[in-house]
Amino acid sequence: MNNKVTRNLYLFPYALWIVLFVVAPLLLVLYYSFFDIEGHFSLVNYKTFFTPVYLKMTLSSFWYAFLITVISLIIAYPTAYLLTKTIHKQLWLLLIIVPSWINLLLKAYAFLGIFGTKGIANSFLEAVGIGAKQILFTDFSFVFVSVYIFIPFMILPIFNALNELNPTLLDAANDLGASKWITFRRVIFPLTIDGVKAGCQVVFIPALSLFMLTRLIAGNRVITLGTAIEQQFLVTQDWGMGSTIAVFLILIMFLIISLTGNRKRGV
Amino acid sequence: MVYKLDQRITPLSRIFLVLIFFILYAPIFFLVFYSFNSGGTMYNFKSFTLDWYRELFQDSRLLIIVLNTLVIALVSSLFATIIGTLGALGIHSIRKRQTKNTLLSLNNVLIVSPDVIIGASFLILFTMAGIKLGMYSVLLSHIAFSIPIVVLMVLPKLSEMSPTLIDAARDLGASQWNVLTKVVLPFITPGIFAGFFMALTYSLDDFAVTFFVTGNGFTTLSVEIYSLARRGISLNVNALSALLFLFTLVLVVVYYFISQRNRPGRWGVKK
Amino acid sequence: MSSLLRFFLGIILVSAVFFYTLSELNSSQGYSGKNTLTIYNWGDYIDTDLIKRFEKETGIKVIYETFDSNEAMLTKIEQGGTTYDIAVPSEYMIDKMRKEHLLIPLDHSKLPNLKNIDPRFMDLPFDENNKYSVPYFWGTVGIVYNPKMLNGKKINSWNDLWDPDLRNKILLVDGAREIMGMGLNSLGYSLNDTNHAHLQEAKRKLDTLTPNIKAIVGDEIRLLLQNEEASIGIVWSGVASEIMSENEDLEYVVPVEGSNLWFDNMVIPKTAKNKEAALKFMNFMLDPKVAAQNAEYVNYSTPNKKALAYMPKETVNDERFYPSPKLTEKLEVYENLGKKNLAYYNELFLEFKMHRK
Repeated sequence: MNNKVTRNLYLFPYALWIVLFVVAPLLLVLYYSFFDIEGHFSLVNYKTFFTPVYLKMTLSSFWYAFLITVISLIIAYPTAYLLTKTIHKQLWLLLIIVPSWINLLLKAYAFLGIFGTKGIANSFLEAVGIGAKQILFTDFSFVFVSVYIFIPFMILPIFNALNELNPTLLDAANDLGASKWITFRRVIFPLTIDGVKAGCQVVFIPALSLFMLTRLIAGNRVITLGTAIEQQFLVTQDWGMGSTIAVFLILIMFLIISLTGNRKRGV
Repeated sequence: MVYKLDQRITPLSRIFLVLIFFILYAPIFFLVFYSFNSGGTMYNFKSFTLDWYRELFQDSRLLIIVLNTLVIALVSSLFATIIGTLGALGIHSIRKRQTKNTLLSLNNVLIVSPDVIIGASFLILFTMAGIKLGMYSVLLSHIAFSIPIVVLMVLPKLSEMSPTLIDAARDLGASQWNVLTKVVLPFITPGIFAGFFMALTYSLDDFAVTFFVTGNGFTTLSVEIYSLARRGISLNVNALSALLFLFTLVLVVVYYFISQRNRPGRWGVKK
Repeated sequence: MSSLLRFFLGIILVSAVFFYTLSELNSSQGYSGKNTLTIYNWGDYIDTDLIKRFEKETGIKVIYETFDSNEAMLTKIEQGGTTYDIAVPSEYMIDKMRKEHLLIPLDHSKLPNLKNIDPRFMDLPFDENNKYSVPYFWGTVGIVYNPKMLNGKKINSWNDLWDPDLRNKILLVDGAREIMGMGLNSLGYSLNDTNHAHLQEAKRKLDTLTPNIKAIVGDEIRLLLQNEEASIGIVWSGVASEIMSENEDLEYVVPVEGSNLWFDNMVIPKTAKNKEAALKFMNFMLDPKVAAQNAEYVNYSTPNKKALAYMPKETVNDERFYPSPKLTEKLEVYENLGKKNLAYYNELFLEFKMHRK
């Protein structure tokens, strides 16, 4: 019983936060989604969402978020793994996070310079003999910069999971004659799956609603749900439609959480 | 506990790591490089100058903005870390999967919601509650949107913790408080640190939410930078970023080695 | 645990030091005093030396806050919760704010310098008799291009942009009114057209421009054009004059079919606390010498007729940025089309953006 009391004690400030800053805004968004642009109660926004324009947008948001997550994972996992092997691993880990403290808009501007027609990336391509290419305003640059931004969020939980790995377990696998690949697949990866899941969640979910980079780096060639919400709120000032898209975004997120749900080991 | 670098890392992996770090820092070097450009723009390097730095130190308004930003980031991350960790402990102690997933979903709402929506709805909330817009409304919002990331960073650590560990401690007669401070917290410390630093990242990067909930003269760096975009960002913003970057780098390295000396071989982690 | 505690104590200590410095700084700057004036403006849209001068002359402390779009500013003022004594919205927003009763009428007797403004910029439809607003800067929408990169090609009209030679060379600014307006103008329709058939026709015409469009971007268009990332850009004249002061190869033209004439004016929002100071500041900014200095700093066109005398001849006589009344005659000012029509513009613009090559 004692347990329950402490648990409630832990949960109190957190629950207060959920009520004030999650449930209340959530209800607000839901409420707004039932009003058309002239402030009349209607379901017109929901009807609009199921038109080809928005469905296409949803699909493309999913596709890009998926790409960004997968590529982040492919890069982050070996990075995190190698980081755990360095001497000053905690320092190196911190140094992975530091670049994300520089203002995003400034970094995006830097990428405009780096990827530009006369930028460093193109000079390099020319020197190598490939020749200048249009890098800016392509899918490549968009995914690249998005991965750049999200990668610390992916590395961190994976690093923490890997760092906790008991070295004796690996030795044991080794002694039993498991190859490196088998050890990875059967021992290391399953033991770090929670970290991988956490990483994927903090990358995939916000990637669905990316907006600024779609304009800055992709030149509006990529339109995501986030871009559309941004526009509805700030340009059209149709808070109803903006809220409706947000409602769907949140529903999608609920779905992802329950699918990747927490089946605990040993509990 | 200290590994020998050479035994563990092959040259190929070392190249990989170097490449990752190079890419992560490339845009920052780009910004720093152009902060010395007398040409006034972020291309076409004309000649070396320190004018932008000089200009920076005469600008007391900008100094206030920087301090605002840092205070908000540090304090909000601190609160978010405390509340988030407590929340993670609470969520972890819930046995029912349904309740757990519901809480987790609610937790993630702010991560999935675009900043404009968060900003606009917080603005409505604050005006309804009669909270004066300014430092405290910004602080509250930053705490609010940083909490979920802390929870997400701490939870995996909690689920890695074997229940037998706690049972063992309890069998040995440890009180609830002792179990928490002597067993649980040390174990999840890396997660807590991760949460804190991610919260810091969220806070420093945020533009849209801050924009909506700020007022009465209170401005943060990113709001200032975004509003400069219409007329082009001046290079003293680059100079400012360069200084802040250098400052952080030194701080991080110094902090690391101090904590290293106090606790040989580890950075705030047991074992 | 102890490392965790030590770390957090360190953070608290550092924040306390910062906080202390901050409050010291704020009080030394006089920001905590009573006699303050809060200005809500675009970033870097005023010569800060002028603010200092105003503070010295009047003893009023100016708090300068910035916004990055008209709509974002509107949201803040609508919601209240903060005081802004002066804001600088664009014309269509002034119309909207006026109709939503968010503005306070100006006492013209406190604004003797208003007589310095060129009469052609006074008493415009978005604010009759300048009851609520005072002109700050004005300009046009047009095409900025780099003849060097186009082998000396000249561009005069919107329709020139559809030339197949211009493949992947054009940057558009991310504004529904601007781009839809370009489509409408190129067809000979008005910028303020609300006929759905006309709008759809314009959207279809814009779709055929996609092969020539490199990207649709925001404020960064300035950096990209300066950097010769593209040879043609659709921009506001203010942006053009800024870029051209950096890169002299560039040329700016207001298309012959017509285009948009825009204004940024100073207003006093409903949330104002210090109306007296706001009027004082407006009158100060209307002073010819002050306006001239500001225009030279900001690089946009000033509506202050008397100020032109204090500015370099080559600036004032540049027809590209100070077009004569005859040239501005066929330009149109955006009308506030109402939410519904604006939504339709934006919907078409969104579809246009999603139209792939």
